[in-house]
Amino acid sequence: MNNAIVIGQYVPGNSLIHRLDPRMKITIIFFFVIVVFFANNIISYSILTIFAILTTLSTRISLRFILKGLTPVWFLIAFTFILHLIVTKEGTVLFDVFGYKVYSGALIQGFAISLRFFLLILITSLLTLTTTPIEITDAVEDLLHPLKKIKFPVHELALMMSISLRFIPTLLQETDKISKAQASRGVDFRTGPIKERLHAIVPLLVPLFVSAFKRAEELAMAMEARGYQGGEGRTRLRQLKIKGLDILVFLFFLAVVAALFWTRNY
Amino acid sequence: MRECFIEFRNVSFRYGDEQPWVLDDVSFTIYKDEWVAIIGHNGSGKSTIAKLMNGLLFPQKGEIIINGIPVNEQTVWDVRKQVGMVFQNPDNQFVGTTVQDDVAFGMENRGFAREEMVNRIDEVLQAVRMEDYLLTEPHRLSGGQKQRVAIASLLAINPEVLILDEATAMLDPKGRKEIMRTVSEIQEKNEISLITITHDLEEVVQAERVIVMNSGKVWAEATPRDIFKQKDDLRKIGLDVPFVAVLADELKQLDIMIKNEPLNHDELLEELWTLHSKM
Repeated sequence: MNNAIVIGQYVPGNSLIHRLDPRMKITIIFFFVIVVFFANNIISYSILTIFAILTTLSTRISLRFILKGLTPVWFLIAFTFILHLIVTKEGTVLFDVFGYKVYSGALIQGFAISLRFFLLILITSLLTLTTTPIEITDAVEDLLHPLKKIKFPVHELALMMSISLRFIPTLLQETDKISKAQASRGVDFRTGPIKERLHAIVPLLVPLFVSAFKRAEELAMAMEARGYQGGEGRTRLRQLKIKGLDILVFLFFLAVVAALFWTRNY
Repeated sequence: MRECFIEFRNVSFRYGDEQPWVLDDVSFTIYKDEWVAIIGHNGSGKSTIAKLMNGLLFPQKGEIIINGIPVNEQTVWDVRKQVGMVFQNPDNQFVGTTVQDDVAFGMENRGFAREEMVNRIDEVLQAVRMEDYLLTEPHRLSGGQKQRVAIASLLAINPEVLILDEATAMLDPKGRKEIMRTVSEIQEKNEISLITITHDLEEVVQAERVIVMNSGKVWAEATPRDIFKQKDDLRKIGLDVPFVAVLADELKQLDIMIKNEPLNHDELLEELWTLHSKM
């Protein structure tokens, strides 16, 4: 099971999007999320869609994999679409379904909102697909840096994130070990009614928690022994650098945004 | 006369007011560049000694002096710059998400410049033969490999003394050998004091001096060879005597005269084949 552990849904690669500075990715996504709501006609929507498709293709991750990752969201998108069909009553009546009148405005509106939703989720999932969790942590620490002025524990937050990431595989291995140990003693995790199976989780969780607390204590001691005194006066090995590529991509994004606002009044 | 590096002066320690003394009036000195093994069975107070040396615990009575600095709340961070410690559980001291990040952790804490960190990481990983694993995550490493990374991360901050607190206890025999080989190489190449704390007598043979702990007191302090001569007493305080020493004993009982107490297979072999030699 060692090699099966992949944290998050990161897909290793060396594409343009993979190499982009994570801070740049987060910034662009942040503004994209806002900008999506400014699209108001077919041209502006097309611009956004083309941008999203181009970005997706340039990650060189198989489309099937990306779309599979979006499965839980399809339901929400479909739900939004149907809700709009029922609620919106604008434009001309297109057809009748069991006494419900479907208006042309509803169809357009439903389609636009669903598309908006889809684009948002697609772009944000590209972040986790192309960025390692630790890069995201670094970027978050860097982007939140200004909050230090109001005593927000930015460094501690980032350290907590990176330590949890480091211990996820360790705890998964441990869970596997404990469940095998308990199964060998006759605990049945796989069959029986739900209630019994839930009950069987208790002998799994208790040892897991006990050992996690013990680990935490030992880790704290080891960190202290290795000279950890909090973020003050600490340097960092991993440093993010804005490269020419990042600026180029950002300018391209700005151009897309400009084009969007220009076509809004068409 | 060698320079004295660590000094315990009449140190007593207990974990709580009502608890029994874990260490009871313990005094000893460890010199610069020396390899000292501290052995004792569980609860003999040997791990407490390690934690006291690093300022993770403070004694109730007595004084600990490290490189001229008395250990207390004010000096603890200076002391930790000089004392590196490897703990028992390989997993619970690995802080970084990759080997390189973990080696950097100690240097980051001490505010090293980035270029220096990059150089030192390569250097120390070569010293423990882990240079091929720079970007490997901890869950893909064996216990022995993790411990070697832990040693590398300590070497990176140039400590004066390296303490291995049962660092091999959770490893398989192969991992154990790797670690013992690594530390003896390091001890040869660097001017560094080495303290290995263990309950396994096999691991003390390479040390220059052995301190045997028993119920909070220093029970004996001698070279490994002299310690091994007291087999019966060692057994009484719950320590396992290595196979070679037991075998040598049995041979002696069969009137095969072995002059030197052998520490390993090679030495015993040497004794045996020169038995009738008059050279």
